[in-house]
Amino acid sequence: MARRVQPVSTYLGAAVAALLVLLTFGTLGAVAWRAEGLSGLRTSDWLAVRFTVLQAFLSALISVLLAIPVARALARRSFWGRGALITILGAPFILPVIVAVLGLIAVFGRNGLFNTALVWAGLEPVSIFGLQGVLLAHVFFNLPLATRLLLQGWLAIPGERFRLASSLGFTSSDMLRHIELPLLRQVLPGAFMVIFLICTTSFAVALALGGGPRATTIELAIYQAFRFDFDLSKAALLALIQFGLCALAAVLSLWVTTPSGQGAGLGRTVPRHGGAVWLDAVILSLVSIFLLLPLLMIVSKGAGTILGLPESTYAAAWRSVWVAVASALLTVLLTVPLALAALNLRMRLVEGIGYLSIAASPLVIGTGLFIMVYRWADPVGLALPILILVNAAMSLPFALRAVSPALAEIEKDYGKLADALGLTGMARLRILILPRLRRPLGFGAGLAAALSMGDLGVIALFADPENQTLPLALYQLMNAYRLDEAFGAALLLLVLSLSLFWLFDRGGRANVDA
Amino acid sequence: MKALTLAALTTLAATAAAAEKTELTVYAGDYFTSEWGPGPVIEAGFEEFCNCDLVFSTGDLLPRLLLEGERTKADVVIGLTSDVTAKARATGLFTTHGQDNDVLTLPIQLTDDTFLPFNYGHTAFIYDTTRTETPPASFEALLAMPDDVKIVIQDPRTSISGLALVLWVQAIYGDKAQDVWAKLAPKILTVTKDWSASYGMFTDGEADMVLSYTTSPAYHIIAEGDETKSAAIFDDGHYFMTELVGQVKTTDQPELAQKFMDFVLSETFQEMIPTANWSFPAKLEEAKWPDGFKKLDLPKKALFYSEDEAAALRDEVLDAWLAAFSQ
Repeated sequence: MARRVQPVSTYLGAAVAALLVLLTFGTLGAVAWRAEGLSGLRTSDWLAVRFTVLQAFLSALISVLLAIPVARALARRSFWGRGALITILGAPFILPVIVAVLGLIAVFGRNGLFNTALVWAGLEPVSIFGLQGVLLAHVFFNLPLATRLLLQGWLAIPGERFRLASSLGFTSSDMLRHIELPLLRQVLPGAFMVIFLICTTSFAVALALGGGPRATTIELAIYQAFRFDFDLSKAALLALIQFGLCALAAVLSLWVTTPSGQGAGLGRTVPRHGGAVWLDAVILSLVSIFLLLPLLMIVSKGAGTILGLPESTYAAAWRSVWVAVASALLTVLLTVPLALAALNLRMRLVEGIGYLSIAASPLVIGTGLFIMVYRWADPVGLALPILILVNAAMSLPFALRAVSPALAEIEKDYGKLADALGLTGMARLRILILPRLRRPLGFGAGLAAALSMGDLGVIALFADPENQTLPLALYQLMNAYRLDEAFGAALLLLVLSLSLFWLFDRGGRANVDA
Repeated sequence: MKALTLAALTTLAATAAAAEKTELTVYAGDYFTSEWGPGPVIEAGFEEFCNCDLVFSTGDLLPRLLLEGERTKADVVIGLTSDVTAKARATGLFTTHGQDNDVLTLPIQLTDDTFLPFNYGHTAFIYDTTRTETPPASFEALLAMPDDVKIVIQDPRTSISGLALVLWVQAIYGDKAQDVWAKLAPKILTVTKDWSASYGMFTDGEADMVLSYTTSPAYHIIAEGDETKSAAIFDDGHYFMTELVGQVKTTDQPELAQKFMDFVLSETFQEMIPTANWSFPAKLEEAKWPDGFKKLDLPKKALFYSEDEAAALRDEVLDAWLAAFSQ
């Protein structure tokens, strides 16, 4: 055991963990410290807590359950355009909230395609507004993420297992019991937790599609405390409750997670078959329609203006691209040491810290950083570096979620051999670990880049005209009544995010058949 | 040594050049600085005669000011809304604006000598004349419309226009506001965080009416040549909204800041407001408005609560609103 510990990476990991604690609890502390007096919570705040938990739980549950057949279908079929489909299916996750909402309404709204089809078929139209709308939107956003996380798990199963299984004449249900259920037990709780956390901090979507103030989440209450009441103590208290909820969800999910124990393989991608082809075809078609139709509506609305946007929008887009690339690289630099430290120290706490930022309120982080930085420097001048750092911290949980299980498998499968060979330190990282982490790291970096493109909110306090990013430019267009151009900007954002995601993810997915 | 002296001299010269052009830091709302917003015109117009460099800094105005306190770099703050002036005033950061309120062309009388209004508008429900043939002419008529008329509004807890709506209902109905909300609730398609999401749902055809401003149709008339968007004008009157500008007490450029406050009421500034800000200018006679604005239906009565009244009412009206929707 002692030989396995890599001191350098452990120290680095500890440093990353400390940075994350500073960004989350540190900023929260700064906000609380600046607050004057204590404020209690009102009944409406507790209703917000209740609604937050309810919708987050259901959203996560539905997303994860739906993701199982989708990920399985993607894992066991190979067809033309599969790679492109996987990339495009990830698009909803990175859309700016308001754009996604309008896209969903174009499909599921009162005059949307779905209801038009229902009426045409002689059925009663259904309303998108209400809890069902919130769930629909959250599944739209998170099903792709759940699918990707599950797919990572599926692809991590050595192809040899499937070969062996089929030569033993395993049926679909045998496969399920011996290979897939243990796998799900390993990846499902984590995926559920990540989505639960994301939905916990949802705010504008929940409100817009929730159909009224009943759909109030904690994040809305935090926003209200900041913007309308400037009640920092209440904002801090609510943020703390949000952390508490998320911590509870995290503990529960880590508790039910078990290693899948698939054993080692040669690290090759082995094409596989099995299961009913028609079933997979139906599943993939339905999911593609569900996820792609709203996107197509956005494409059709934005196609007319994407090339004729104001100069400043393109400048903002360029700025967003390099912020995204920088964030993605930083995410990788932060993730690897943290994941290694978590593994080497055998401490779930360390990994848990990696997830803190999802539970954090962007408003609290932004305000906390402002308070901390303002004492020494001009936050406006540091807006972009701060944005890159916060984006990286916000993306880290997703990268970690992809990297951690893969790392654990590597150590379990090859760790003893590497120990016996005396492969330690940087050499172990370079020869053993990094090559096998390419896939999850590429995915993590791609996600980080895409998320950074779509980010908004953290620097709302100190966004300067010179630092304007594409999402901010998009909101400015909307606020200036320029809805057509806003859709053009949204399409530009979508194209750039997906391209960045594809580039990073592609780098990671290149097969290493050596 | 020589090199060092030279470097020092260059630095000195640069500092001197910078000192010649003093900087005026203006904190403004996010929308201000876009190239079609009011910012660029204000900057160009002011720099023409001020011999200074006007620098905008955008972001959440009030939270930022409250966090910065007396160390703020702002010389002037523009774009404060009437719901935050009480808190802004309480910071003690602002000094008097030095303008004569009597020259303003607002529909109501404002006597505030700290915050100077530079534009105004009213809350109104906007409809599409091709979809709604007989718009309601009073709040009562709006309530009497069938429930399948769908309206989208903004949340009063997160949006200034949403807050103006609940104050509007309060101003008309007083104690009976909660009943009004209960009647309105079935017609509310949804409530959004901010104005843009609501307005997007309206122009996309998802909602029949949207809570917006009396000036919204002007955008469609002037920028799009589209006259099908109209504001439903109610006999009861409409809630008055204004954006204000304040001069920061701790400024190191008091004269320049004062010059800027004078500039706000100048014709250069005010003539730009309608089409850059899509609102009515605070000091400009109607004859000088753009044609699209002259065409607008105007409310006969403007309703308004002073900042103290609004502050005192706020919790009560928000609770009534929440209660009606939670039934």
